[in-house]
Amino acid sequence: MKKIIEIKNLSKSFGDIKAVDELSFSVREGELFAFLGVNGAGKSTTINIMCGQLSKDSGKITINGSDLDKNIDSIKSELGVVFQNSVLDSALSVYDNLESRAALYGIFGSEFKERLSELAKLLEFENILKQSVGKLSGGQRRRIDIARSLLHKPKILILDEPTTGLDPQTRKLLWNVIYELRQKENMTVFLTTHYMEEASDADYVVILDGGKISDEGTPLELKNKYTRDYITLYSVTENEAKKLGVEYRSNRDSFLLTVENTAKATELIIKNPEIFKDYEITKGKMDDVFLAVTGKKLLGGDDK
Amino acid sequence: MRTLNALIKRNTKLFFKDKGMFLTSLITPAILLVLYATFLGNVYRDSFLMNIPEGIKVSENIINGLVGGQLISSILAVSCVTVAFCSNFLMVQDKSNGTVRDLTMSPVKTYLLSISYYISSLISTLLICFVSAVVCLVYIAFVGWYMSAADVLLLMLDIFILVMFGTALSSIINFFLSTQGQISAVGTIISSGYGFVCGAYMPISQFSDALQKIISFLPGTYGTALVRNHSLRGVFSEMENQNIPSEIIESMKDAIDCNLYFFGNKVDVSAMYIVLCGTVALLVGIYVVMNLLKKKVK
Repeated sequence: MKKIIEIKNLSKSFGDIKAVDELSFSVREGELFAFLGVNGAGKSTTINIMCGQLSKDSGKITINGSDLDKNIDSIKSELGVVFQNSVLDSALSVYDNLESRAALYGIFGSEFKERLSELAKLLEFENILKQSVGKLSGGQRRRIDIARSLLHKPKILILDEPTTGLDPQTRKLLWNVIYELRQKENMTVFLTTHYMEEASDADYVVILDGGKISDEGTPLELKNKYTRDYITLYSVTENEAKKLGVEYRSNRDSFLLTVENTAKATELIIKNPEIFKDYEITKGKMDDVFLAVTGKKLLGGDDK
Repeated sequence: MRTLNALIKRNTKLFFKDKGMFLTSLITPAILLVLYATFLGNVYRDSFLMNIPEGIKVSENIINGLVGGQLISSILAVSCVTVAFCSNFLMVQDKSNGTVRDLTMSPVKTYLLSISYYISSLISTLLICFVSAVVCLVYIAFVGWYMSAADVLLLMLDIFILVMFGTALSSIINFFLSTQGQISAVGTIISSGYGFVCGAYMPISQFSDALQKIISFLPGTYGTALVRNHSLRGVFSEMENQNIPSEIIESMKDAIDCNLYFFGNKVDVSAMYIVLCGTVALLVGIYVVMNLLKKKVK
């Protein structure tokens, strides 16, 4: 797969504070890329530099084959951004907002109406086009934010904590739409999130701490590296669980065994078939990965 | 061009739909109306009557025309600048609520955004001021109409140039603002201060000599004088027709700032136009240079 974003030795300081320090990574076309880090880790700085909102001190950024220093306008045309907070005009209607934003990309008249109709159908906001954005619910407003970012059919969609504070239904709709767009249009999604279950669906994860990459890899690689496997064992007595000789925790109707990895779990099951009649094996979670990598807990959404 | 039009449409709609911004822009003219209705009107009426020597009869209609002309010229002169400031606060509001990031994230050029703020502010202010002018003229028609068609046209021209001035000045000042607190502070200073500085609340002739000298350097003062001259020319002309001595008429013109003096030299109307138009050109030029020199990113 082609590398659609390539960042090499990116650095940016604000006074004495190094917000981004020699950062290098790449994103492949069509993938869901998760960029994780606690607040102040350097995520927003990196995104702002990628979008031409901030200058960099050093380093090189190439997006879809264009050098950020030379072709900022063509890069801006390839990017769609959903900000943490809605930045649409509250006093204007949904239609007026999207019409004015489409004009920024040279989309007018029938071309705009056609695109609007596609997006309204996809994101289910056909019935609120005339309502002013300020009167919409959080979920409705988020859908309009996403529609705004997709107006010009960007190749890369940057989602900066897009689901924070959203109800589960809207969150599900949003991810379904993004999944559909990735399937149909091979759109690359660059995601920052505080919800680790969203990051675990990513194709590739970069964990940032103090402006530097702490670690990177696929969720599976990171889980295998930093977490252990868990076997939830049902319908056994505590003596039977103890007999297995591994660390365990007693739950109301089960025992949670902790094993080194899946191979060890398989070995244990093969050795004790009489005990393993009803069980499930799960890998460690991305929260555990994040905690292990940074030593910090990433607070999701409303917990921040 | 279509992008610029769309931005102008967005900015203009936002100003009129944002009730806070729209109503704030009307505070100063409203204060003036209240002041005139409560006491300023009577103060001016008494002051005019005191200037007329005994034995000379001036009709009630002319006095009403003078007071009315004073009122509408003050309202219009102030509105052209304060409304421009309020409508142009949109550029600051876009910065403070982050909307400008959404706009600059697109490939649209920043100079196009700056032009759109200027033009939309100009359109919104012109709309409000021309509507206000029509209302003011209707009021004058009721209290004492002495204006010719040329006076009305020149009054509209004065409003246009003053709005250009107010928009250019506000564009430069607002360029440096970025928070709601700064909007409130500047809005309050302009709303309350400009009325005094331009002689709308109180004629400049009543200020101390030193203050008059300082104010004579402010170009907006000449805008107010232009509006005054064209609102009141007909009244003074009628006074001449009624054989009121020219010295009395001149002293009245001095008293209500139709005549302005720059270090003792009387500034005629054409010079006032030159000062105002020159200032507009200079301010627009400064705004353009500021945008060209603006560091694109931090």
